Parts: sequence; structure tokens; C-alpha cells
Amino acid sequence: MNTRLIYGIAKSLLLARWRQTLVAAVGVAFSIAMFITLLGFMNGLNDLLDGLILNRTPHVRLYNEIKPSENQPVNAAAEYQDSYNFISSVKSGISRQEIYNSGPILQAVKDDARVLGATPKLTAQVFFNEGTIEITGVINGVDVEEESRLFNFRDYVTAGNAIDAKNVANSIILGKGLADILVADIGDVVQVTTIQGERIPLKVVGYFQSGIQEIDKVQSYASISTTQKLLGKPANYITDIQVKLHELDMAPAVAKEYEQLFDIDAEDIQTANAQFETGSSVRSIISYAVGIVLLIVAGFGIFNILNMMIYEKMDSIAILKATGFSGNDVNRIFLLIALSIGFFGGLVGLLFGFVFSIIIDNIPFDTAALPTIKTYPINYNPMFYFIGASFSLITTYFAGFFPARKASKVDPVEIIRGK
Amino acid sequence: MHDIILEAKQISKEFHDPVTVQVLTDISFSVQKGEFVSVIGKSGSGKSTLLYILSTMDTDYQGKLLLDQELMTGRSDVELARVRNEKIGFVFQFHYLLNEFTVLENVMLPGMKLAKYSAQEVEHRAMERLGMLGIGHLAKNKAYKISGGEKQRVAIARALINDPLILMGDEPTGNLDVRNSEIVFEIFKELTEVHNQTLLIVTHDQSFAERSGRIIEMEDGRIIRS
Repeated sequence: MNTRLIYGIAKSLLLARWRQTLVAAVGVAFSIAMFITLLGFMNGLNDLLDGLILNRTPHVRLYNEIKPSENQPVNAAAEYQDSYNFISSVKSGISRQEIYNSGPILQAVKDDARVLGATPKLTAQVFFNEGTIEITGVINGVDVEEESRLFNFRDYVTAGNAIDAKNVANSIILGKGLADILVADIGDVVQVTTIQGERIPLKVVGYFQSGIQEIDKVQSYASISTTQKLLGKPANYITDIQVKLHELDMAPAVAKEYEQLFDIDAEDIQTANAQFETGSSVRSIISYAVGIVLLIVAGFGIFNILNMMIYEKMDSIAILKATGFSGNDVNRIFLLIALSIGFFGGLVGLLFGFVFSIIIDNIPFDTAALPTIKTYPINYNPMFYFIGASFSLITTYFAGFFPARKASKVDPVEIIRGK
Repeated sequence: MHDIILEAKQISKEFHDPVTVQVLTDISFSVQKGEFVSVIGKSGSGKSTLLYILSTMDTDYQGKLLLDQELMTGRSDVELARVRNEKIGFVFQFHYLLNEFTVLENVMLPGMKLAKYSAQEVEHRAMERLGMLGIGHLAKNKAYKISGGEKQRVAIARALINDPLILMGDEPTGNLDVRNSEIVFEIFKELTEVHNQTLLIVTHDQSFAERSGRIIEMEDGRIIRS
């Protein structure tokens, strides 16, 4: 009963000065809308930039690194056990890039519950022949279907059909930059010379565009069997196993475990791309800071308006107190006013933030570097909306706190006698 | 045999700003049920100060105040607010109606706060009082759209909504012309004679005071006639 009465009074006071109320609410709505839009856009951009590298990078990469043995024979010799051995001009031994026992390892990794998928890969250094000019390049032998499923390979094939690399014998998907240099259209045949000196014609079935020019100038893709043929290797020859996990954060632990388990080199994504995380978090912090500053400014607006309202309504406060409303009741009335401005302003702000996000999401954003992106990226994470809503209530609460306390302390005698 | 409604025991008050001034000295008196008491005195005699102490709004005094034979001195704000709501009705020189509300809502407000009756009953009681004061037809008007005399009558209706033990007035006719003053006086007269309402009115209107049941005259913070 009492609560409803207080609601009623707060509502009447709010509506009596609806223009001021509107200005205050618009302030909150605007800042919340900007907060949502800014965060959505910034995080969309973050996702895009991260995706550029991270989505295509395996979470854990298993490979054999060519490096000198850490256990040189002299260390094993019994007579030099207690001495400190200096060895100069250490060379890498005869080690192979090939992953030993690759079939069972691949199977074991695929059976791991933490693993989303694993796909083999091998790379071949080649020369592309353009008349008399030789251009160095790399051919990645990949399982096209798995590569598409795990690393969005198909999205980056901008012309032609990715699956043709598997279905058409002796075919290749060229990087866009490389194709431009070679002046090779889809359907053309390019001459490839391997390091061993063999010259093999490959048919171009598509273009590949990663968004990073330097990569597109050297990289190209073919099926695993084509690449093995190119290198003159048997069907079990692979150099990398790329693993994608369910949880990105588990990569370092899994990498360490596989390194032990399979006696192989393993690199996790965090180590390989540490700089991306830093960039993302800095951008997030900036957008949060801007959003919060906007809200605080709106909070001061509410504070001002409530203060003015209290001076204006001094008489009303005095008579409410004289007729039996306690300081607490008056306090609640003004807090309620502040919170309803925050609530409704925030609600409208969330709505507008969403609308702005949709608008930005539909603005065309065509850039040659990002073939899969057609419009500006937006992240619609519900968390931003939740944070925005909580913040609008928290700031308006604090904005209302001091004026409300002041109102509750109004001495009715002073007001009434002053007349 | 009368019941004592209000009793002041040795009430004193000092103002400390800017220098200490004794405003009230050793005020003791009591008001019986059904009495119509006027407090008169020159400007600065402390009559309004006394009224605000008696009304429980001013708590900064020495001495004891009893309302309905209960001690009011030293109670918390919340308790005193409740007492004011339930047992004391106020009429001030200025009407203090809330402009955002209608006449009816203004009258209902203390009743709704008390929450002793349902909203319908409070509305019915408010209409009853407005009718009694001859302003029932204004009930749906906004408070700022009625005349000064009417506003004061609305304020009286508001003061009566919770059937207070005592109705206190601080110069209730001070802002009104002769005709409206007369109307307000007649209302008070009727309240005390017909409804046995206890009234304590501070006024400087000599003719008003002389027609009331009892006069308390003050000078320099003391009662000189009671």
C-alpha cells in the first residue's frame, strides 16, 4: 500500500516535469546506445581481426623440427660424464620433416575428447615457372573437406570451387597475388618445378585470398595426394598435424601433453600468436572506458536535474513530511525517480543500441583484403546488453543517491516558517 | 470530565544562531478534548515556534511534550512521522497543496499514507470532508486551478482526513480576505461544536481569537494569559 503510494507520487513528480525527465532519460538512452554500439562494433572488429589469423591457425600444431640433437655423443661417453663439454659447429643430423607413425598419431588425436578435429598437412617448396622467370612459392597439401570444416578454408577460396582441388587430378588453388603474377586464369595450367628438379603441370581450379597480401603471393593449396606426388613421397608422408580443440584456452596444456606422448614438437596457438590477444584486450578496454565515461556524464545530468527538482519541490517535500511521510519515504520517492529515468532511458538505449548495431551491420564494407567480409562486423553479445542495463541502473542510482538524501533531510519547519 | 489531548511540560527553546536567544521559557499548559484554543501574541513572541514544537516537527527543545498522554519527546523521526500522520492535522498560512495532484488526491494523500482504510474508503471519506466544507464539486480539479479561499478549505479537508486528535493551524486565515477568513472561521467553529474536534490555532487576528473558546497569549517566550 505504502509502496504503491510512493510509486504514485514519484510518477506524478516525474510526469509533472516531463520535459526535464525526457532530457535526462535521453541522456541515459544516448549513452547506453553508444555504449552498446561501440562495444558491438569494437568486438565485431576484434573478432574479424582475430579470425583473420586465429580461425585459420590450428590450436595445436604437431611437427618435426629440424634442429641439432640436444644429446651429442660426447655427453653420453662415460669418461666425460663429470666434465663440461664444449662442442662447436654443431649441425643438424639426418632428421626428416616427416612425422613418424603419422596414421596412428592422427587417429589417437582424433579420439581425444577435447579435440574438435585434426587434419594432416604437408608443405612443399616449389618454383612456379612463368616463361623464363621462376617464382618461389609454397604448396600446402591439405584435406580440403576437413580443412574447410575446421579452418574455414572454403570461405577464402574466392573464385572456383575448393572441392575441385580434391576431385580434379593434378589441380591447384593459387593465392590471388600469385595468380596475378603468373597471369593464370581458372582452367589454365601452371608449370611447377620441385626442389628435386622435377617439372609438373598443375591445373588452376581456384583462387585463394587470405586477406594478407604477403601470404597470397606465396601460398597455394593442393590436395594431399597431389602434393605427395609432387614430392615423390608415399601416401603416408605428412609433415604437420593440425589440431583444433573445443576450448582454445586448453591449447598450451594439450600441446605440452602431446609433445610428451608422441615424442614430437608441438606448438600452441597462444605462443604462436601472442600479439593478437594483447590487441583485442586493449581495444576492449578502450571501448569500455568510453562507454562508462558517457554513462557517468549522463549520471551528472540526472544528478543536476534531480537537484533542481528538489529545490523546486521543497514545498511539496515539506508538506509530505508534515503530514506524516518520513525521511525514508521521501528518500525512496526521489531514488525511485532517478531509477525510473535510468530504467526507461536504459531500455530505450538498449533498443537504439541494437538498431544502430543492425544499421552498421548492413553498411557495405568491401575490401579486397577481406574476401569474406561484405559489411562492417558487429558482435551481438548479450553480455554487452546486460552490462549496459546494469550500468544504467547503477549510475542513475548513484546520481539519485545524494539528491534523495538531501530531500530526505529537508526540515519542514524551516520551509513552512520561511513563507 | 474532559480528556487531556495535548500537554506541554516546561518547554524551553533557544536559538543559537548567530547568538543564543531564549525563544521559549518554561511553557506549560494542556489542551482538553473538544477545546478551541487560540494562541495569540506579537510577532516574535514565540507562538509559531511553540506550535512547531507541539506539532512534533521541531524536536530541538528542552522539556516534555505529551500527546494523547504519550510522551513524544525523544522519539525517532519515523515514529514522529507516523504520529503526525495519524493524530495531528495541519493547516498552514500557505495551503501547500501539491500542484501535480487533483484536489481529491491532495486530500487523500495522508489517508493513503496511513493505510488504515482501503483506497475506495479513503476516497469516500475525502469526498465526505470536501462536501462538508462545501467544495465537493471541485474534487476533480487540479489543485492549482482553484481560488485561494478554496485552496485553504482543501487544506483543512486534508488535515481532517485521518480524524486527527487535534487540528493545528499556523495563521490559517493569514493569507485570506475577510470573507474567506470568515468562512474558515465558521468551519472551525462547526468542527468544534458539531464534531467535538480539538483545535489549536496560532493567529494574530484579535477578533478571530476572541470568538474561539480559549485564548493563550504569549509575550517574549512566556505565556502571559491562559
